Amino acid sequence: MSTSKNVLEVKDLTMHYETSEGPVHAVDGMTFSLARGESLGLVGESGCGKSSVAISLLKLLPDNARILRGEIRLNSIDLVPLDEAGIRQYRWRNIAMIFQAAMNSLNPVHNVESQIVEAIRQHMPELSGEEIRKRVDDLFEMVGLEPQFKKQYPHEYSGGMRQRAVIAMALSCDPDVIIADEPTTALDVIVQDALLKEMRAIQEKLNMAMIYISHDISVIAEVSDRVGVMYAGRLVEVASTDAIFHEPLHPYTIALMSAFPSIEGDKTELSSLPGEPPDLLNPPSGCRFHPRCPFATERCKREVPEFKEHAPDHFAACWYPGGSS
Amino acid sequence: MNRADILVDIKNLTKLFPVGQGVFGKTSLFVHAVKDFNLTIQRGESVGLVGESGCGKTTTGKLLTRLLDPTSGSIEFYTGGEATDIATLKGRDLKEFRHRAQMIFQDPYESLNPRIKIYGAVAEGLIVQSVTSRKDRQDRVKELLEVVGLAPAETFMSRYPHELSGGQRQRVAIARALAVEPAFVVADEPTSMLDVSIRAGMMRLMLDLSEQMGVTYLYITHDLAVARYMCDRIAVMYGGRIVEIGQTEELLRNPRHPYTKALISAVPVPNPRVKREAADIKGRVTKPINPPPRCVFYERCPIANKICEENDHPPLENKGDGQHAACYLV
Repeated sequence: MSTSKNVLEVKDLTMHYETSEGPVHAVDGMTFSLARGESLGLVGESGCGKSSVAISLLKLLPDNARILRGEIRLNSIDLVPLDEAGIRQYRWRNIAMIFQAAMNSLNPVHNVESQIVEAIRQHMPELSGEEIRKRVDDLFEMVGLEPQFKKQYPHEYSGGMRQRAVIAMALSCDPDVIIADEPTTALDVIVQDALLKEMRAIQEKLNMAMIYISHDISVIAEVSDRVGVMYAGRLVEVASTDAIFHEPLHPYTIALMSAFPSIEGDKTELSSLPGEPPDLLNPPSGCRFHPRCPFATERCKREVPEFKEHAPDHFAACWYPGGSS
Repeated sequence: MNRADILVDIKNLTKLFPVGQGVFGKTSLFVHAVKDFNLTIQRGESVGLVGESGCGKTTTGKLLTRLLDPTSGSIEFYTGGEATDIATLKGRDLKEFRHRAQMIFQDPYESLNPRIKIYGAVAEGLIVQSVTSRKDRQDRVKELLEVVGLAPAETFMSRYPHELSGGQRQRVAIARALAVEPAFVVADEPTSMLDVSIRAGMMRLMLDLSEQMGVTYLYITHDLAVARYMCDRIAVMYGGRIVEIGQTEELLRNPRHPYTKALISAVPVPNPRVKREAADIKGRVTKPINPPPRCVFYERCPIANKICEENDHPPLENKGDGQHAACYLV
């Protein structure tokens, strides 16, 4: 797993939020890697910690969040021990993020072009004014925004256009890794479709690595080479997209796949999981999925299953992968 | 269609919203939110109203439950073979009607009063229905909560909405809507804010309730995959109008209207082995403010021609197998 083709290697990443009621165990022992040019989909339900992973990787943490242990190696450099000044050298330039709420990522009082120019000027001071202008033109073209919209303000943009502007901003410094947190969730399906296709094309063209976070497995199926499934702060399964969808091993992944309606293929019965996702203030013992798992035994209640390779490049944290006994 | 089986018959329903206000309070600009909407819903049927945000689907739902007043058109509601036009009901009659039609909203966090306990939220509908005995009310609330899967009911009745999860709240909202024993329920994206593992259960519950209690649904959603599971028929809306309507499977397999085609091809599929074709559509949704009389989809249509430009918006016509589309060219 530790080869030079990996642009990002995350080991045992553990992050808590301190609250008045005690620590919220949002990210617990996450280990995964990301190869150059690869797209990893991170899927899970609300509150499973997927956005907490994103902000941990960029160290854009709120005051009450602490990374307790683990490593985040970006091009072999561990970001965890770095202070704010240290991380700034890498943020945007090497690792950038696209947030779900595009409006919050754009400054309402500046036109879109000037915001992108400013982002480039700050992070790539070596570029001349001429080079920056050229770069902005290229970025607009790449994300499919017409040049005449450059001087307009964010409120004059539609939701889809704003999200494109935010993508242009994230791409502005040519990062090695881009993290996209539900970038199309607020958009209508036709706009989402166009944006997904463009993001995928850009990511492949620039040979950039991408972590695409979504609750929607059909979106994940479209954009990912590999998929990581999260449940209650833990990574429960990682495999190629095809294996996740067609040979899932973890009972949670299996349940997720059969709970999702599709317009394609024959209409099949949807299955639902009993119960609700756990409260991360007080997560269940052992395997955190055990209270909802149809295959759970006494062992699952006691022991945390090891996250291990069950088939080539197919990892799962389960004592009974595929429901085997 | 057998007339005895009709529950709601909607004719030329229109809702215009004024844009801005002139100095003298007059405006000549209107958003045509719902325009010449025609639909007949049969008893026990579940009709999906599908479209992108701003297409008028929520406004339609609110008109049908009279949370909004229509600008024009009729909504005939059948009870025992008798039709009443509820579009213009007022006062006491409108209150009566509200027992028969209910709306369930998207956001379970906003549809319950945070200061009223679950018992009170559900019992309210029973008081309106003059279930006066306290004991009867208690029994009925307990029964309703158990029907929607909140069991044992006693543990939920004395809790406040904030003590419940999103899925549980949506179940309370459903129990509350069912308390008045409505014949017709407009469900506006009731599962779109719920997590996947909860969503399937909620969809199942709503289908079961329709079977058990004979509830007729208008199911509003942006998600065609959800509509496929919930609905017997699907109506696709664009620019305040139905542009296509048909039996669910038939419409998904063989869409006729260019907008329906684009919408279907844009839906991501949870199967990486399926390669979809790109949606063939131009531009984006714009607000229909005093739109020209021609086809509402004209600006974005990949096949539009002179006929579409020069004629009024096309009527919904049978294009075979009972599937109706509003298009001159298909």
